[in-house]
Amino acid sequence: MPVSRTDTSVLGRWWWTVDRFSLYALVLLMVLGYVAMMAVAPMAARRQGIDPSIFIGKQVVFLLAAAALMVAISLLERKRVQLLALVGCAVAFIATALALKFGPEINGAHRWLRIAGQQLQPSEFLKPCFAVTTALLLAEGNRRAALAAGSSRFATLKPRLVWYGAALAMLGAIALVLKSQPDIGMLIVIVAVFFAQIFVAGIHWLIVAMMGGLGILGGIGIYFTMPHFRDRFDRWLHGTSTPGGRDNFQVDRAAEAFGHGGLLGTGPGEGTVKNSLPDPHTDFIFAVTGEEFGLVLCLLILAVFCFVVVRGLLKLLAEQDQVVVLATTGLLAQFGLQAFINMASSLQLIPAKGMTLPFISYGGSSALAIALGMGMLLALTRRRISRSEATE
Amino acid sequence: MNEPFMPDRPPPAPDSQPIGRTVGAAPRTPGRALEKVNSAPDLARRHQAETSRGRLLLAAIGFCGLFAAVGAQLVRATVLEPALPRPRPVVRLPSPTETAVIRARILDRNGETLAASLPGFSLTADPEAIGSEANATRVADLLRTVYPDMNREALIARLSPHKVPGSEEAARFVYIRHDVTPQEHQRVINAGTFGIEFRNTERRIYPQGRSAVHVLGQVIDLENRGVAGAELTFDRQLRIERQPLRLSLDIRVQLALRDAVSRAIADYSGIGGAGVLLDINTGEVLGMVSLPDYDGNDPMGARFCGPEHEARNRVSNRCERYNRVINGVYEPGSTFKLLTAAMALEYGTANLNSSFDASRNITIGRFTIKDFRGQGRWLSFPEVLQHSSNLGAAHMAMSAGATRQREFLGRLGMLSSLAVELPGSRRPMAPAPSAWKEVSTMTIGYGQGIAVTPLHVVTAISALANGGTLRQPTIVAQPAGETRPGVRVISERNSDIMRRLMRLVVTDGSGKSAEVAGFFVGGKTGTAQKAGPHGRYMEGKRIAAFVGAFPMNAPRYAVYVMVDEPNPNATSHGFATAGWVAAPAARDVISRVAPVLGLVPEIDRAAQIQQTIAISIPPARPGNATRPAAAAQPATPPGQAAPARPASMAPLPPPSVIRRTATETPVRMVAAPEVPVAAR
Repeated sequence: MPVSRTDTSVLGRWWWTVDRFSLYALVLLMVLGYVAMMAVAPMAARRQGIDPSIFIGKQVVFLLAAAALMVAISLLERKRVQLLALVGCAVAFIATALALKFGPEINGAHRWLRIAGQQLQPSEFLKPCFAVTTALLLAEGNRRAALAAGSSRFATLKPRLVWYGAALAMLGAIALVLKSQPDIGMLIVIVAVFFAQIFVAGIHWLIVAMMGGLGILGGIGIYFTMPHFRDRFDRWLHGTSTPGGRDNFQVDRAAEAFGHGGLLGTGPGEGTVKNSLPDPHTDFIFAVTGEEFGLVLCLLILAVFCFVVVRGLLKLLAEQDQVVVLATTGLLAQFGLQAFINMASSLQLIPAKGMTLPFISYGGSSALAIALGMGMLLALTRRRISRSEATE
Repeated sequence: MNEPFMPDRPPPAPDSQPIGRTVGAAPRTPGRALEKVNSAPDLARRHQAETSRGRLLLAAIGFCGLFAAVGAQLVRATVLEPALPRPRPVVRLPSPTETAVIRARILDRNGETLAASLPGFSLTADPEAIGSEANATRVADLLRTVYPDMNREALIARLSPHKVPGSEEAARFVYIRHDVTPQEHQRVINAGTFGIEFRNTERRIYPQGRSAVHVLGQVIDLENRGVAGAELTFDRQLRIERQPLRLSLDIRVQLALRDAVSRAIADYSGIGGAGVLLDINTGEVLGMVSLPDYDGNDPMGARFCGPEHEARNRVSNRCERYNRVINGVYEPGSTFKLLTAAMALEYGTANLNSSFDASRNITIGRFTIKDFRGQGRWLSFPEVLQHSSNLGAAHMAMSAGATRQREFLGRLGMLSSLAVELPGSRRPMAPAPSAWKEVSTMTIGYGQGIAVTPLHVVTAISALANGGTLRQPTIVAQPAGETRPGVRVISERNSDIMRRLMRLVVTDGSGKSAEVAGFFVGGKTGTAQKAGPHGRYMEGKRIAAFVGAFPMNAPRYAVYVMVDEPNPNATSHGFATAGWVAAPAARDVISRVAPVLGLVPEIDRAAQIQQTIAISIPPARPGNATRPAAAAQPATPPGQAAPARPASMAPLPPPSVIRRTATETPVRMVAAPEVPVAAR
């Protein structure tokens, strides 16, 4: 893109300060998502009873809107991003709670709100906003703790207790709502992201160990209290099917899809296993991609996710601002975890968990929410001409 | 970089402190390289930053690990260990690939097709896709434009959404019609139906129609599954392995056999009949006929098989699906005298020079055994068979005794079901060992009081004529030159005697009308009374059978022909016995089949050959009577020739006169027989 270095317009400054490699990678993901959507559109559209071209058209609109949203948010100044996150967090939390109360029941869960004829999952938007909000709270706690350094032990501990506690309280409220919906997948991601953030914020190893233990206990608790989670886990544990239980239909089909695809895939439109895959356009889009485009394209998708996440994290090594470090960590962890859970579920690495593959899976809520998160990420990691500007 | 550029502020003084830094407060964001650590907060912040950097590195490594695991699993799932799409377990929907399988053919021994599958369509529907009863009504009316014969209400009921019987699941699959032709297929499509699907199915065709239908059996087309006959026995080979099955049957033999039996039944107004042609050396079944039969292409058209016919079937077995050869058990009658003779020879309890008292009836308790048209004199061993003397056979059987009789019949397979590859091979009915009394030994000696399948009889006769080796019959073509395992039941020498005796019956006995010039037929007729439902013999209801082998100088084939309940006709002088009924049918079979099987009639050398298989009939002397077998008398093991017994010095009997009895001698038991086999 021919943009002069001396271009001082908003877009010009954006272009020269934004993390262009991450931007390229994210756009590449959207393109790959479009390609994958072509593979599932005819069947997914038929299942939804709509015309495949309308199905594709909708996704194109979603992806374009997502790209526009991502760029627009990445243009924002840091303060505005923080404000957006705080406001977004509040609005999305209320909307999530409303969905629980007023949302239609779909597949036994109240996760969606109907807004202007479109179904929207507010918790998707809550995710990135909460990550940034958490970062603000944790960074503030760290800042005050540092300021109090040298005084009494309690004086340095107190800000941390207060600010970390505030973040934890918010997490608790969100967890309560998500558990009631129920949306365990989302809950796991949000908790995991929170944990990643307090981990990077420098929490004591002892607490890390305790949290890990709590996570395991929580997992066990969920296993024994939520039958459908337990069923999924059992089926994963026992391989193909539980004795006397249901056939491990989904992941077996997914494995067959990958196997059918092989190295180079069957070619566009040549896949057959995909027809018997449940949710081919969302949870199992990776398997469809594997069948039609083979190992090569799957590895490319995986590499792009890995590039965005790992490169993003490593770039933070040179970052001084704790808010940026923690917020970016949260957004990247969310992005990476979601991708991992989706891909690993398809590959039977972990128990099957419904999760969209960022920018690849079909769906407006998902694409826009990811775009919101990645927009904030790009905005926060923009090279600052003046460090002090950022700190004032 | 460290020096902030702030155009909207006045430039700082050269000696002023850096902007944002106040004395005593920590510098906000100093560049890392230039950071000066001079306060506790600075130290703390630096410590925090270091911790974060370490943790970030760990997080990055963690994500690398997660993604590497995904990558490794991807390579495994796609390239290293790809899971191949496997056929899904069929719940209710047979997938097209499964139903498109073509069941393998069944061939006769020469490669003629006896059964083949043709692809076709069947009409099915998805009631859930049709959605409502109103839609079902529309579809039903559209279907009835093509098939006006279909019941409208029943059709609507089938097409309307409903639950699978006995479950809460909605039915997604119902069969509407089978055997849809391509034209009907197109017409249904043109009718504009919906929710209707066509499935590729296959239809079993039997090009030979009725011929060999009982051997071949049946297939349920909808399930493509064999349910009777060879289709059932070899279902796995035909359906799953899809390997064609080559039967031992020869369709030419089968047709000739069916013709001959059919004519005999028609001539004597029988209710049914059976015929078997067996390769005497291999046990291969070349022909197996049971009449009445039905068209294999219309199995539902088989008559007299429903429950409403059951009571009648118990008497007459009229069901057309019923294979008399293996599913029917009949008292074998006089054909069993060959077994009795072989037994006596093998155990050495009688020999060719023995004589038997046929001058007096035998009375045991309430029973009296008679000869129907007795000679009224002592008979020599060959004469017993020649005249088919019940009294002679009873004495012969008594010479061996019950134990050895049971042992011998057991060795011949007469007390257990045959190993032939057809479902439902019946077990013979014989007295229990404890009930096998003297009277049983006598009556079984001439073939009453025991019931076996026709295939049992012809298998046993094969063993007696082939040199003494019993081989289980088979319906599968055997590789040429291969010797099937068998059990020796009599010695070669006794087998040779048995051949001569069988030949004698045809040249000079009741089997005369079975003779075909040049083929040296040997055998035995047998007319047995039929037991009714209550165990009593039924007046005038008989089984007329002929069992034999040819050519007797070097036996190759065994033949069995039976007519069930023959009635006398105008030409038989009031007789409906095996000599009149079954022997001519056997002649028909042999004269047609022998040339087909490559046998050349030896007309020119007939006299010489007959010399080699003739038997001299010694005079019968009363003093040479066999003594009843004592239990203590050691049995000669089967397979060893019995030592010849010295002829006694009894006075000479009158010279034996060969009377050619044109009729068979059915047994009459005067008292109501308590025959254990009778309950049927």
